[in-house]
Amino acid sequence: MAVLVVAAHDGKTVRSNVANAVTAASQMGPEVHVLVAGSNAGEAAKSAAAIQGVAKVLNAEDAAYANWLAEDVAPLVVKLAPNYSHIVMAADSVGKNVAPRVAALLDVAQVSEAIKVEAPDTFVRPIYAGNAMATVQTADKIKVVTVRPTNFKAAATGGSAPVEQIGGTGAGGLASYVGAELSKSERPELTSAKIVVSGGRGLASGENFKMLEALADKLGAGLGASRAAVDAGYVPNDYQVGQTGKVVAPDLYIAIGISGAIQHLAGMKDSKTIVAINKDEEAPIFQVADYGIVGDLFQIVPELTAAVEKK
Amino acid sequence: MKVLVAVKRVIDYNVKIRVKADNTGVETANVKMSMNPFDEIAVEEAIRMKEKGQATEIIAFSAGPAQCQETIRTALAMGADRGVLVQTDAELQPLAVAKLMKAVVDKEQPGLVIVGKQAIDDDSNQTGQMLAALLGWSQGTFANKLNVADGSAEVKREVDGGLENIKIKLPAVITTDLRLNEPRYASLPNIMKAKKKPIEVLAPDALGVDIAPRLKVLKVEEPPKRKSGIKVKTVAELVDKLKNEAGVI
Ligand SMILES: Cc1cc2nc3c(=O)[nH]c(=O)nc-3n(C[C@H](O)[C@H](O)[C@H](O)COP(=O)(O)OP(=O)(O)OC[C@H]3O[C@@H](n4cnc5c(N)ncnc54)[C@H](O)[C@@H]3O)c2cc1C
Ligand SMILES: Cc1cc2nc3c(=O)[nH]c(=O)nc-3n(C[C@H](O)[C@H](O)[C@H](O)COP(=O)(O)OP(=O)(O)OC[C@H]3O[C@@H](n4cnc5c(N)ncnc54)[C@H](O)[C@@H]3O)c2cc1C
Repeated sequence: MAVLVVAAHDGKTVRSNVANAVTAASQMGPEVHVLVAGSNAGEAAKSAAAIQGVAKVLNAEDAAYANWLAEDVAPLVVKLAPNYSHIVMAADSVGKNVAPRVAALLDVAQVSEAIKVEAPDTFVRPIYAGNAMATVQTADKIKVVTVRPTNFKAAATGGSAPVEQIGGTGAGGLASYVGAELSKSERPELTSAKIVVSGGRGLASGENFKMLEALADKLGAGLGASRAAVDAGYVPNDYQVGQTGKVVAPDLYIAIGISGAIQHLAGMKDSKTIVAINKDEEAPIFQVADYGIVGDLFQIVPELTAAVEKK
Repeated sequence: MKVLVAVKRVIDYNVKIRVKADNTGVETANVKMSMNPFDEIAVEEAIRMKEKGQATEIIAFSAGPAQCQETIRTALAMGADRGVLVQTDAELQPLAVAKLMKAVVDKEQPGLVIVGKQAIDDDSNQTGQMLAALLGWSQGTFANKLNVADGSAEVKREVDGGLENIKIKLPAVITTDLRLNEPRYASLPNIMKAKKKPIEVLAPDALGVDIAPRLKVLKVEEPPKRKSGIKVKTVAELVDKLKNEAGVI
């Protein structure tokens, strides 16, 4: 039986993490289909069809799917589910919202944030902020799985799967979309950036984050933050890296004025190279850092910004 | 309207957990347990609704062993009115917890259920969404702000790109995110008063719910450790290492 990846998208293209989810899905079954539900999502469906390893794209057009309300999208996935062995979503804010609703409607368990597919019914997932790894096996006929994108390589593009139009399931009338307040940024998206510059309470104000922006812009990096920096209002909530924020695994993660609480480490310790800048030489962040530099960030960051070459 | 809040007993967030030597799970004996931090936020939100006159009664729900009574007592000391414990020593997975909560919701008929977005032990982030599905209710997940009025709720949600506003019909399930509020501490007089508040104890069987785990835990292991690195003295040295040793800039 085939595996169905449910894709989030912006109407034009599917999110980049769909390519990672396709890789995970191809380890679960012989054939991967992608569902692109939306209102005028034809372009996004085409972008899914271009992901290598996708055998078919299902494009469901319905005004009810325009803003990805779980109440309206879940019934569509449930309707398609009997044809599939697995329903797979990336563990982002869309997947986390929709997948459990689908699982409960199907009366099956959900495997959350799988980081490895051991067998089609067996998955490894982090628990306790990544301080333990559980291997879990499911006996459910339809397996609902969210996967952590950073743990699966993105499938390449260049494919040309057929796109099939399917009908929608309409609006249930339980929820409606009002609007969004999205953070505007020209910088690379945090979870897929090759380099991430991240700031914590040590920055002491939102104004001081400008210093990190300058460094990030020079490196072509995404910007992240600790919970403390978000709670203090220095930066918006979508900057938060950690157990209860975003998980990142870039080639280079630069933690600036961040102490390294386990909840923060949970979101970045799979980065290839970690740099820590902190004035406290005992800060736990140094235990995971490949390169640590002890000192005042207000001195070190401008120096570093001047020393690196513009990308 | 009545508000039902879920309070889960978890290993305190400050504890450095240890994986059991036989790889069957995580050591929980003699470890400090607390209310899941997201559930403190849920209780706080319900109390604020009561203070604004929007909620008439707050019921704190927990499922698990007898010690969960302590967690419920904490909620009662914060300001919840009474507790319901579904007592079992069996392993509970999110679908089972959602089914137990549904049974209690069917009985109590609350107008709103507030749960944490994620329990910090199992990190599933499922229970609230599953409960909403089972009840056929709407869901306001990862709530950053909640505004209840006239049979509906406006929910500001924390999403990947920032914040999103939705309007949902009541009854509904809300799951809390970190910025929804700052939970209060219980005062000593309130802790004393909480001792007299009632807690109803139920058995899963009595609710007619099958709680058998659907996921079998084959093993629990330590994650691979990162090798600790080196300290560099100067920015020039750092840039050199990043360029020539790590090859990342
Ligand atoms: C339920 C729950 C969930 C959580 N989820 C997350 C999460 O997802 N992500 C997350 O990050 N946290 C999370 N936390 C919070 C976490 O426990 C820590 O409180 C938080 O990560 C601390 O942020 P920080 O390192 O910026 O602040 P602090 O711990 O205060 O550290 C600031 C650091 O800056 C350094 N510093 C100060 N001034 C300077 C200077 N001038 N130059 C150099 N260094 C300086 C200090 O030495 C210190 O090490 C969670 C907590 C709970 C309870
Ligand atoms: C390796 C492993 C070992 C385990 N060992 C045990 C064990 O020894 N004993 C045991 O009891 N369980 C055990 N469990 C089950 C696990 O700890 C969780 O209780 C269960 O999987 C629910 O997941 P969650 O709490 O992460 O759900 P989430 O969906 O993340 O929880 C979200 C919210 O739902 C509510 N909620 C969830 N559970 C409860 C509850 N029980 N009571 C009240 N509110 C709740 C809370 O508001 C919580 O904030 C184990 C699980 C694993 C993977």
